Amino acid sequence: MDTIFTRGPSLNNRLALALTLSVLLIFADHKLDAFQSTRVYLNSIMSPLQYLANLPKVLLNESAQRLTSHQALLADNERLTNQNLKMSEQLQRFNVLQAENAELRKLLEVPVKPKVRKMVAALMAVDNNPFSQQIMINKGAIDGVYLSQAVLDDRGIVGQVMEVGTTNSRVVLISDVTHAIPVRSMRNNIRFVATGNGAFDELFLEHVPHSVDVQEGDVLVSSGLGRVFPEGYPVAKVTSVVHDEGRPFATVIAQPVARLDRLKHLLLLWPQQEKDTRVDNLESDNAAAQQETQ
Amino acid sequence: MLPRARHYFIASTILVALVLQIMPMPIQADLYRPDWVIIVLAYWTMALPHRVNVGVAFLVGLAMDILLGTALGIHSFALSASVYVLAANYQRLRNYSVWQQAIIIGLLCSLYHLVLFWLQHLLTDIPFQFAYLWPIFSSMILWPWIFWLLRKLRRQLNIT
Repeated sequence: MDTIFTRGPSLNNRLALALTLSVLLIFADHKLDAFQSTRVYLNSIMSPLQYLANLPKVLLNESAQRLTSHQALLADNERLTNQNLKMSEQLQRFNVLQAENAELRKLLEVPVKPKVRKMVAALMAVDNNPFSQQIMINKGAIDGVYLSQAVLDDRGIVGQVMEVGTTNSRVVLISDVTHAIPVRSMRNNIRFVATGNGAFDELFLEHVPHSVDVQEGDVLVSSGLGRVFPEGYPVAKVTSVVHDEGRPFATVIAQPVARLDRLKHLLLLWPQQEKDTRVDNLESDNAAAQQETQ
Repeated sequence: MLPRARHYFIASTILVALVLQIMPMPIQADLYRPDWVIIVLAYWTMALPHRVNVGVAFLVGLAMDILLGTALGIHSFALSASVYVLAANYQRLRNYSVWQQAIIIGLLCSLYHLVLFWLQHLLTDIPFQFAYLWPIFSSMILWPWIFWLLRKLRRQLNIT
C-alpha cells in the first residue's frame, strides 16, 4: 500500500473539484436544462442496472403466476368474462353514441374529436427518492414515446413523460410537487389548476376564490388547455373545501382518480393532430361524393 | 480466483449496492431502505483510501442522479462531501470498534440526507418529513454485517 506518496491532487483539492463540478452540474441541469438531449443517452447507459434491479420482482411475479391454483384461475376467468360482457354492451352503446356525436358535430361544423392511438406499458420501477414522485415504464423512444406525453391508468390520468430513454422512460406523476395539470369541473365547467403536493392521494387546487362554486365530490377532468393532456379524461375528485375568510383563497383538496400507489399497467396516448383528422374527413367526404357520382 | 475478478471486485460491490439502492420494494419497507451505496463506499474508503475516495464517490453520485432522476449533481455533491469526511479521518476511524464505527456511519448518513434535503429544498419547495431519516437507523444496524462481509472478501481475495 502506498499512502505516503499519494498520487494526483490532494484530498482537499479533490473535494473542491467534486463540489464545484456538482454545483455547476446542478445549475446547468436545473436552471439551464442543458442535459435535455444527453439524458436520453445517460438513461440508456444506466437502463441495464434498472432491468437488473427489477429482476427479482419479475421472477417473483412469474413464480406467483405459476403457483396460482386452477380454482383461482377459473374464478378470475369467470369474473373477467362477466366484466367483458358488461363492457362490450356498454361499448356497443358507446359506438352508436360516438357515431351520433360525430354526425352532430359535423352538422354544427365543429371539428370531430380526434381519435387517439394507445399503447399499454408496464411499470418498471418506482423511484425511492422520497422528494419526488416518479416512475419508470418499459416503453421508450423505439416505441415512439415522446417528451411530455400523457400517461393514464384504467381510471384516470397518471402523469406525463419526463425523460425518454431508448427502451424505457421516466414518468412524473400528477402528485409530484413540481407538477400541475389544468382541469375543469365536470359539474359546471369551471377551470382550475391542480398541483401535486408530494403525497400519493392529494392534489391542491390553486388560487380558487371564495366565491367559486366548488363542492365536495366534484369530478375534475383534464381541460386540454395546456396542450399536454388530451381533453376529457378524469383526473381527481374534490375531497375537501375549506373557506377560511382569513386567507385570500379557498383551500381545496382533491384526490387523484388514478390509483397512483398501485400502478401496474399504464396507457400511453398519441392524440392525433386535429388538422390530420380534418384532412381525413375531407378525403373521406370527397371519396363518398365520388362514389355517389359514380 | 482469477486476477481479473480481483481487479473488478470493488467496482462490482459498488454496482451491487447501486442495484440494491434502486430495487423496487413495498412502500412499507421502502421507508427503512438502508443507504447501501454510502455503506459500501464508506467501507472501501476506510479500508483502501488510495483506491476509493472523493473521485469515485462523485462518479457514483452521478450514476445515482441518473438512476433516481434527480437534477444531475445533487447526489454527487452529497456523496463526495460525506466520503471526504471519512477519507480525511480514515486512520482514526479504522481503530474504532465496529459499534463506534456504526455510530459514525449514522452521523455520516444524517449528513448525507440533510445535504440531499437542503439541495433539493433549494431547487424545489419540498417539505421536511421525519420519515426521511429512518434510513439512518437501518444503515447503522446494517453496518457491522457489511463491514464483516466485505472485510472477509477483501482478505480472501487479497485486494490492495
